[in-house]
Amino acid sequence: MTRPLILEMTDIRKSFGTIPVLKRVGFTLKKGEIHALMGGNGAGKSTLMKILTGVYTRDGGKVTIEGQSVDLHDPGAAERAGVAMIFQEFSLVPTLTVAQNIFLKREPRYPGTPFINGAEMVRCARLILEELGVDIDPDAPVSSLSVGYMQIVEIAKALSKKAKILVMDEPTSSLSESETSALFELVRRLRASGISIVYISHRMAEILTLCDRVTVMRDGETVMTADCADLSVARIVEAMLGAGNAKSFAWKDRHVPAHARAVLQVRHLRLAKRIEDVSFDIREGEIVGLAGLMGSGRTEIAETLFGRRRAVSGEVLFDGAPVTSQADAIARGMALVPEDRRKFGLVLDHSVRDNIILPNLHRFTRHLFVQDGAALQTVQDTIHHLAIKTDGPDQLARLLSGGNQQKIVIGKWLARAPRLLILDEPTIGVDIGAKSEIVETVRAMADKGMAVLVISSELEELMAISDRILVLHGGRIAQDMNRRDVATEEELHHAIQGHSHSKAKIGAA
Amino acid sequence: MQSKATATLRLRSALPKVQLQNYVVYIFFAVVLLFFSATIGDKGFLSVMNLFNIARTTAMITVIAVAMTFVISAGELDLSVGSTAALAALTCALVMQAGFGWPLAVLAALVAGLAVGCLNGFFVTTIGIPSFLVTLGMMQFIRGLDMRVTYTNPISIANKTFNGLFGSGNLFGVPSLLVWSVAIAVLGFVVLQYTGFGREVLATGGNRMAAEYSGVKTRRVKFAAFLLSGAAAALAGMLYSGMMQTARFNFGEGAELMAIAAVILGGTSLFGGRGTILGTFAGSLLIGTINNGLIIMGLDVSEQMMVAGGIIILAVAFGKKPTS
Repeated sequence: MTRPLILEMTDIRKSFGTIPVLKRVGFTLKKGEIHALMGGNGAGKSTLMKILTGVYTRDGGKVTIEGQSVDLHDPGAAERAGVAMIFQEFSLVPTLTVAQNIFLKREPRYPGTPFINGAEMVRCARLILEELGVDIDPDAPVSSLSVGYMQIVEIAKALSKKAKILVMDEPTSSLSESETSALFELVRRLRASGISIVYISHRMAEILTLCDRVTVMRDGETVMTADCADLSVARIVEAMLGAGNAKSFAWKDRHVPAHARAVLQVRHLRLAKRIEDVSFDIREGEIVGLAGLMGSGRTEIAETLFGRRRAVSGEVLFDGAPVTSQADAIARGMALVPEDRRKFGLVLDHSVRDNIILPNLHRFTRHLFVQDGAALQTVQDTIHHLAIKTDGPDQLARLLSGGNQQKIVIGKWLARAPRLLILDEPTIGVDIGAKSEIVETVRAMADKGMAVLVISSELEELMAISDRILVLHGGRIAQDMNRRDVATEEELHHAIQGHSHSKAKIGAA
Repeated sequence: MQSKATATLRLRSALPKVQLQNYVVYIFFAVVLLFFSATIGDKGFLSVMNLFNIARTTAMITVIAVAMTFVISAGELDLSVGSTAALAALTCALVMQAGFGWPLAVLAALVAGLAVGCLNGFFVTTIGIPSFLVTLGMMQFIRGLDMRVTYTNPISIANKTFNGLFGSGNLFGVPSLLVWSVAIAVLGFVVLQYTGFGREVLATGGNRMAAEYSGVKTRRVKFAAFLLSGAAAALAGMLYSGMMQTARFNFGEGAELMAIAAVILGGTSLFGGRGTILGTFAGSLLIGTINNGLIIMGLDVSEQMMVAGGIIILAVAFGKKPTS
C-alpha cells in the first residue's frame, strides 16, 4: 500500500459568482488504484472533475501530476497531462467505425502525405482492443455496438492518447449485469497495468466491491477519505448525508391487512418476447418490488399493465376490470414513472409547472380552457410535498438535478392521487438524499391505500422499500417472497440469478 | 446547495439573453420602423393608407403563419400551404362560376384545405413519414393539380359579397384583410396559450415520448395541427382571390417559406415545444414592413429580395439561444 501518488489536488477553490462551490478541496490518487468519488448532487464532485479535465479553471489551489505542477487551463492541457474522462453520455460518432472513432482527428497518415492510412489505423485499434482483452471488430460501426461496448471503445480511445488517469462518471448506469461485471474485469485489468481511475458512482455495493479508496464530498468540501476495506455502506451514507440523516433508507416493516382488496390482478400474462407466464396480485396499500436481470422483461410488464403493449395471452385486471388502453389505465388511476425520465418522463425545456400539469390537463380544463389558477395551486402543493428544489414553478426542468427531476415525474402523477403507481428504476442517477425522500413519499402514499409496483436493479433499494418481492426469471415469477423473510441482499441476489433458495421460497402469506 | 447556486447563476447569466431572444422580433420591428420613418417617412411610408397597405399585403402570410406556429410547435413542418391556398382559391371560384352561392363556395374551399391537411396528417402520423418530405411532395402535387384544373387559366370572381368579405372591402371601416388576420391571430393566441389542446401541442413538440407517457394522444394532436394548417391555407387562398377578384394557379407561391420565416423570427422553436403567436404576428408584420419600405425606397425587386433575406438571417442570428 505504499504506491506513489500520481495526482495531488490541494486547496482547490472554485466559485461561481459569489457562491463558493469548492472550498479548499483536497484529493489524492495513487498510481494504480481505483478511487471512488462520492457525494450527493451538488456536493461538488463534478466541478472538481471538470477542473481536473480542464473544462473549468480553478480559482486557487494546486494540482500536481507525477510530481509536476500542471496548469490544466483547457481540455487539451489536461489531455497532454494524461487525464481522460469517460463520459456518462458517450461522445462517439455512431456512424463511424470503432477504429475511426478511436483515432478521430489523430488518424495515422502515409508518411509525407495528408492521406489517412486506414490499414494502419485498424491495426493500431486492434492492438489496443486486444490489450484490453475485448473482442470488438475495429471495422464495426459504433452504432452496431451495445452501450457496454461503446464505453469500452471510449476507454480504448483514452488509452490511445496515453492517458494515465481515467475519470469514469457513473459508468454502469446503463449497463446490464453481465456488461457491468465485464467492465469491472476491465477496470481491474487497467489498474493492474498501472492506470489510475477516479470512479464516480451512486451505487454503494459496486463501490465496495471494486474500489480501493473512497473520498466523500459534501457541500464543496472533502468530508472523508478512507480505504474501502475499513468501510461499510452505512459509514459512507452517513458521511454523504451528515450524521443523523441516513435512517429513512432502512427498511420499515409495514403492515398490509391480509384482506385488503387486490388493486391489480395479473393472470397468466404472456408477451411476444421474454414473458412466458406471469401471475401476481398487488393489494391496496402494498408495495411490491419486482426484481430480475436487466432484459428479463420487467419494463415490458410495466408497459403492458399501463396499456402501452398488448399481451399475447392472459389478462390484467385493474380494480376488477381489464385494461383496454393507456387512456383507460390513466383514467382509472394508474400511473407509470418510466425508466428513462429524460426521454419518457419530462419535457426538459418546459417549466416544472407545465410538466406537473401535463398528465392532469383534463382535470384542469373547463370548457376547453386550462384553469391556470387551480393548476398552480396543485403545482405548488406538489413542489412543497415532495420537497422539489427549484427556484419556482417556472424554472425549466432541464436545470434541476437528477433527483429533483425524478421528483417532478413522480409528483406529476401523485397529483392525480393514483390507485396504482408503477415505478420503473425510480432512483437511477438520483443521489442518496433525494433517494430516501422518494422512498419516504412512496411509503406515505402507500399508507393511504395506494398500491405500488417498484421495478429496480438496485437490490438495496428493493430491500428498503418493498413489502413483498417478486423475482422474475425465465419469463416467470420464480419467487414470491415476503420482505421480512429475506435476511440479506445476497439471498435476493441468488434468487435473481436463478438459484433457488430454501429460505426464500416461502410464498406470500 | 451548489446545484441550486449554479442553477440560479446559470439562470441569472442567461436572463438578459433569454429576454433578448424573446423580444428580438419586436426590437427589429421597432428598428425597421424607425429606419423607414426617418428615411422615407415623407414619401408616404407613414401615411395611414400605406400602413393599412402593409397590413393588407401581410394578411395571408399572417393567417398561414398562425397555423404554422401550431405545426412547428408540435415538432412538424408544412410546406404544402402555398399550393393549398391556390387550390382553395380555385375551388372557391369554380363553385361560384358553376352558379352556386358564396357560402357554399367558401365551404368547398375549406373542405379542400382540410382534405390536404388530412392527407398530410395521415402520411405523417399513420404511415410515419417525416413531415418535411410528405409536405414537400404534397406542395408539388397540389401545385400541379392547381395548374391542371384550369390549364393555368385564371378564373375571375364577380360575386361582390365574397370579394368584399374576403379581401377587397372594409369591415367596420377597417380593411377586411386586416380584420381577418387580427381575428385569426387572436384566435390562435387564445387556443395555443389557454386551451388544453394548445398545451398538448407544445408538450408533443417538446418531447413526444414524455407527452405520450403522460396520456397525450400525440398522433391526434399532430393530425389536428395539419388540419388547422390546411384550413388556414384555404382561408388565405380565399383572401388572395377576394383581394384580386380572381383565382390563379400561382397564388401563394413562396408563401410557405415566408410563413415559416415569420414563425421562426417570432421566437417559435424550429424544433418544437416552444411557440408564440404574438411573435409570429410581429414576424409577419416585420417581413411585410421590410418589403413595403424597400419598395417605397425604390429598390429593384432583385435588391429587395437580397435585403429582405439578409435581414431575416440577421434577426434569427440575434434571437439565437446561446449555445451551451
